[in-house]
Amino acid sequence: GSGAGVPGDRPGVPGDRPCPRSHPRTCMKCGQGTAALVIRVGDPFCRGCFREYFVHKFRAMLGKNRVIFPGEKVLLAVSGGPASSAMIRQVQEGLSREAAKRLRFVPSLVYIEEGAVCGQSPEQREQTLAQMETLLQATGFPYHLVHLEEVLGTRVLQPVQHGRPFLQGGCGQLHPAAAAGWGRWHLCAWSQRPGQDSRTPGTPRLPDPAQTQELLRAFEAAGTATAREELLQMLRTHLIVQTARNRGYTKVMTGESLTRVAIKLLTNLSLGRGAFLAVDTGFRDQRHGDVMVVRPMRDYTAKEIAFYNHFFGVPTVIVPPLFTKRREKLSIHQLIERFLLGLQEEFPATISTVYRTGEKLSPEPAKASSESQRCLLCLCGLDIEGDTSPSHCGTAGAGATPQGYPSGW
Amino acid sequence: SKISVVHCFYFRGGAELLFDGVKKHQVTLPCQPEPWDIRNLLKWIKQNLLKERPELFIQGESVRPGILVLINDADWELMGELDYKLQDQDNVLFISTLHGG
Ligand SMILES: [Zn+2]
Repeated sequence: GSGAGVPGDRPGVPGDRPCPRSHPRTCMKCGQGTAALVIRVGDPFCRGCFREYFVHKFRAMLGKNRVIFPGEKVLLAVSGGPASSAMIRQVQEGLSREAAKRLRFVPSLVYIEEGAVCGQSPEQREQTLAQMETLLQATGFPYHLVHLEEVLGTRVLQPVQHGRPFLQGGCGQLHPAAAAGWGRWHLCAWSQRPGQDSRTPGTPRLPDPAQTQELLRAFEAAGTATAREELLQMLRTHLIVQTARNRGYTKVMTGESLTRVAIKLLTNLSLGRGAFLAVDTGFRDQRHGDVMVVRPMRDYTAKEIAFYNHFFGVPTVIVPPLFTKRREKLSIHQLIERFLLGLQEEFPATISTVYRTGEKLSPEPAKASSESQRCLLCLCGLDIEGDTSPSHCGTAGAGATPQGYPSGW
Repeated sequence: SKISVVHCFYFRGGAELLFDGVKKHQVTLPCQPEPWDIRNLLKWIKQNLLKERPELFIQGESVRPGILVLINDADWELMGELDYKLQDQDNVLFISTLHGG
């Protein structure tokens, strides 16, 4: 059987047709339903049990970590991609449950529009924006739209927790992984502009083309695809955290899947960011001080998310990846993704193993002893100058001094 | 015994971008003495539907790691993967979980 059909543009199975296999496998959970997929640990699950398993896992993740309080305003960072779209659905599920099991926080959404650096024309950007607004509106939650260009107008590069603004027009230090191949002057130029808030109704939908050009210049100045990818991730995080701050949210939820977390972990190791593994990949990320970022989707594989979205009609919006230059090497992020997924094919436990390794890391090592020792972009402690303080290198191997990227990247 | 059969192939999650953005392909596969299996189907897709950069979709004789395959809405891991024999009206869905590149 095909279970409850979900309307929409997706293939369906005629309900009464026999399964092509003479002996369809049964669900290992209920022992009755016809298995629809094999989940991470290799067990066949029927649709119904898979849905239960998926929904339960979200609640369990929040319950276990106990960081979100009843009535708290929580900002969900959504990209239109599969993981954050599935995350929205889990929050909707959680809010609509019976009282004893109901989630009790107050969600809103934020979408960072990045079309400028994904090679989209203004028309394509408008189109993606329209699709995203449809998706956001359909949730019924309040939402904020922010263009990536807005990093040019806001002082996004300062941690607020430590009193005085960190970057008062001067140039701060960057962690080598954040700085490699990337013009430092951009940071100064950006920080000196008067702040502005995200767009108000009635203004044109897309930012001023001059701002788009300036943003593109900054990304083109990044010498490698790896540097651009890191830059994008950091600027995106800053805009999300800044939106949370400006609008009074104390928690942000982001949608990294288990697969994404495993890729991030190995990427960080390759980039000399070993000391920040825990803060970059753990459930909670407290480097921003007044705003805590949590990652409630980090227990789901990309496969589980894709099946969930397909079976239960979760809408997504496809956005092209960051632009690439002709004849340029792939980014470390892309290479790690290929490597890890290829390895997973031969050794199915690979990604969970990497993920479990990440579970054992302590978030402490990334703590900086003073604000001048924090990287401007990623806000992690700078573990560079000879490492006299033991608090910088609690993770094995992190004492090695990163010198930017290995030559050839 | 050589009647041609109609199949639907679907591409999602960004995989459609490799097929001119077309998400649904209704296809009549040519007759051949042996029944079509997924292994042969992938070869056929590579030659007939996949116009550029086949390495982003195919690796060896299978799909690239990170691309999921569903046969009649079920995980192909339950159906014999490459050895599954296509039947009339079967639909096959490919979902990319890859980020880019
Ligand atoms: Zn079941």
